Amino acid sequence: MPIDRRGFLRVGALAVLPALGGRLGQDTTAAAPLYQPDLAGRPRERVTDYQNDPFIIGIERRLRCTCGCNLDIYTCRTTDFTCTYSPALHRELVDLVEQHLSADEVVAAFVAKYGQQSLMAPPKEGFNWAGYLLPGVAITLVGSVLGWVLLRRARAPVAVGDAAVTGVLSTDDEARLRTELDKLES
Amino acid sequence: MTILGQLALWLALLLSAWGAVVGYLGGRRGDPALIQSARRTTYALMGLLTVASLALVVALLKNDFNVTYVASYSSRNLPTAYKLSAFYGGQAGSLLFWAWVLTLFAAAAQWVTGRRYAYLLPYVAAVTSVVTLFFVSVTLFGANPFERLDFTPMDGRGLNPQLQNPGMVIHPPMLYLGYVSITIPFAFAVAALLSRRLDVGWLHAIRKWTLLSWVFLSVGITLGMWWAYVELGWGGYWAWDPVENASFLPWLTMTAFLHSVMIQEKRGMLKRWNVILVGFSFALSIFGTFITRSGIISSVHSFAQSPVGTFFAWFLLLGGVFMAWLTWSRWDLLQTEARLESALSREASFFFNNLLLVGMAFSVLWGTVFPMISELVRGTQVTVGPPFFNQVNIPIGLALLALTGIGPLIAWRKASPGHLRRQFLAPVGVALVVGAVLAARGMSDAYALLALVLAAFVTATIGLEFWRGVGARHRLHGEHYALAFARLVGRNRRRYGGYIVHLGIVTYFVGFTGAAFKTELEASLKPGESVTMQSPYGEALTFTHLGVSQYEALNRFVSAASVEIQRDGERIGILTSEKRQHVDSFGRASFEPSTEAAIKSDLREDLYVVYAGSVDGTEEAVYKFTINPLVMWVWLGGAILVLGGMVTMWPGGGPTDRAAQRALEGYRTQLAATETAAS
Repeated sequence: MPIDRRGFLRVGALAVLPALGGRLGQDTTAAAPLYQPDLAGRPRERVTDYQNDPFIIGIERRLRCTCGCNLDIYTCRTTDFTCTYSPALHRELVDLVEQHLSADEVVAAFVAKYGQQSLMAPPKEGFNWAGYLLPGVAITLVGSVLGWVLLRRARAPVAVGDAAVTGVLSTDDEARLRTELDKLES
Repeated sequence: MTILGQLALWLALLLSAWGAVVGYLGGRRGDPALIQSARRTTYALMGLLTVASLALVVALLKNDFNVTYVASYSSRNLPTAYKLSAFYGGQAGSLLFWAWVLTLFAAAAQWVTGRRYAYLLPYVAAVTSVVTLFFVSVTLFGANPFERLDFTPMDGRGLNPQLQNPGMVIHPPMLYLGYVSITIPFAFAVAALLSRRLDVGWLHAIRKWTLLSWVFLSVGITLGMWWAYVELGWGGYWAWDPVENASFLPWLTMTAFLHSVMIQEKRGMLKRWNVILVGFSFALSIFGTFITRSGIISSVHSFAQSPVGTFFAWFLLLGGVFMAWLTWSRWDLLQTEARLESALSREASFFFNNLLLVGMAFSVLWGTVFPMISELVRGTQVTVGPPFFNQVNIPIGLALLALTGIGPLIAWRKASPGHLRRQFLAPVGVALVVGAVLAARGMSDAYALLALVLAAFVTATIGLEFWRGVGARHRLHGEHYALAFARLVGRNRRRYGGYIVHLGIVTYFVGFTGAAFKTELEASLKPGESVTMQSPYGEALTFTHLGVSQYEALNRFVSAASVEIQRDGERIGILTSEKRQHVDSFGRASFEPSTEAAIKSDLREDLYVVYAGSVDGTEEAVYKFTINPLVMWVWLGGAILVLGGMVTMWPGGGPTDRAAQRALEGYRTQLAATETAAS
């Protein structure tokens, strides 16, 4: 059937408009679904302000994740994305902060619940002082003794025999001297 | 093939026991037949362990999943390079690898050691045979890589995705080479003690070995840091983890040994200390394996644990007792030949350098085992993490950095105040200027500021040493500066190689200071959305999410999220971070999903992007962005350090025959003059 120019334009418009309308009406802020969502790691929730809050992060850095990773809660929840413990601990911590607890009170609440092991560093009390002080005390003590001994020895007069020259070089001495000279600059 | 491997291990067990006995008797009696037998046993052990290692490698390459080890650490679709690295990716394989490398080093020690140290070699063979005996025993009775299953699975479990990284192919062998090669200096020390020949001979014999071991350890540790940085996705490279600490401990004591050995060579001092240090270094290399393999301390790096800890504990105990007895019984032979003449001397600075290095080793060891001690003493286990280690070790590290600059500028024997003023005036001036500039630019972190000031000081001292040396050659020989530099380094490799190593250490420290200015941000972004971070340099870095694409690769399904980055509005590139779901040859998920960070590096900073996952299964991605200043300096420091180590180890160098002859004549004249004056 022959088609006139007006009819051609009408058909063309009918064909294009729905597509155009669909495009114009698309929500550009919506993210398209993934092809294989199950293979893109553990599903994540949108990031909240709390997750970047320096106050919260500061507390999280003092507390250890209980998953056995040896990391603090912040590092674990932002590193091991398969861990289910650290996000839960973060939420627990946020709940406490929302109750207007101070950082130390939050930490104390965690210690009360999970034990002293939940701290990233042992509290400075009792036997733990040995942990903090022993290396420094040992170095200072040994250093002081070393310094004292060095000064004492350095002040003592050197015996004359120490550097006395006894005669002309023997063959052995000459060989030794040659070795020493080789070493001197190497 | 695995039967052959098993047979080789059993033969190695018997032969290493033989080598230990004939080595000791050969050394004691001086019987040439026994000495020859000990030497040949060392070569035979190398052959047998090579056969055993090849047997395991062939089983891995041929996908022999009836072998428990192959089924546990490999799979059909594992790339060949990682099938090879699976050899040392698990407990049993790593122990076999250790034993094999040990026999290679033991054979090399017998092969390359000069005739003038032949009196030590039978004892060296005995010691390396004992250590081989231990590792072969652990392999056979504690963690046998040739054990078979009752059935043959269709496919293996595969290698942990975090180990499927090029860094992990190189890092463990390097670290093992470092650990294992400590056995050779240790063997020579024991040989010197057993033979009662405790002059500097054994130190000359092990000079290259000590350096080699130290360089391997340094490379291994740096590669481990690099692997942790690029693979674990936390944007850091050192977490004071027990495994990291285990590698750091022998490095510290070996560094102390490298310095103190110079005092014994030049002045005949610190003989006892050197024997103790090399013993400790060896013990710490074994201790590191013990604490990480035994499972008594957990670590993110521990990919392989089994009850072999008991073997290591006994070996450490018996070895420690033997070494203590041996040193004690030769105590009088280890008397010092010279006395310290001044507290202001290079010897004194080396004493303090050793104190700090060993003190740091103690503090790291103390922190690592403190949870166990706390549990033993109080019944309460505590966590000792980075806050503890940083608090204790940063000040020691800074003091060591300062000594790195001070030590080489102080004269041997005695330095006069005038000499000190001349040496230190310029470097201190440079350091003060750098400090003032940094403070004026608003650097407020005290440790970082101090570290950079000290880095400037040490760099200036090293620069001054090179400048003086090159200037002297230029003046004396009329050489062009470039030629003078090349000849200066070439003829004094040990000294100037050491300076290059020091420069590497300074570069490390510059890199470490960057951690103080690290900035992190988490964000969930839909395609087209952006987030902006302020860099420590005051620039605005904008990350715009482009989208997530998914595709299949060799043994994994990849979800790749990309961001475009702009610095102050100028586009600087695109980074793509991946989430990988590894699958076996049947397409089944084999491990938890792993993350591949995307990193854009330059000398100023690293931009580190991690794709954490998607929201509601859509392209809305959750990211962690990190701005990591100066990280590249850490890797650069490693490269400079290795370069310095190679310069130091390179054969040859030293003064020419003519120069030595001139010096000899000069010395004779001086002696004659002294004699005349005395008479």
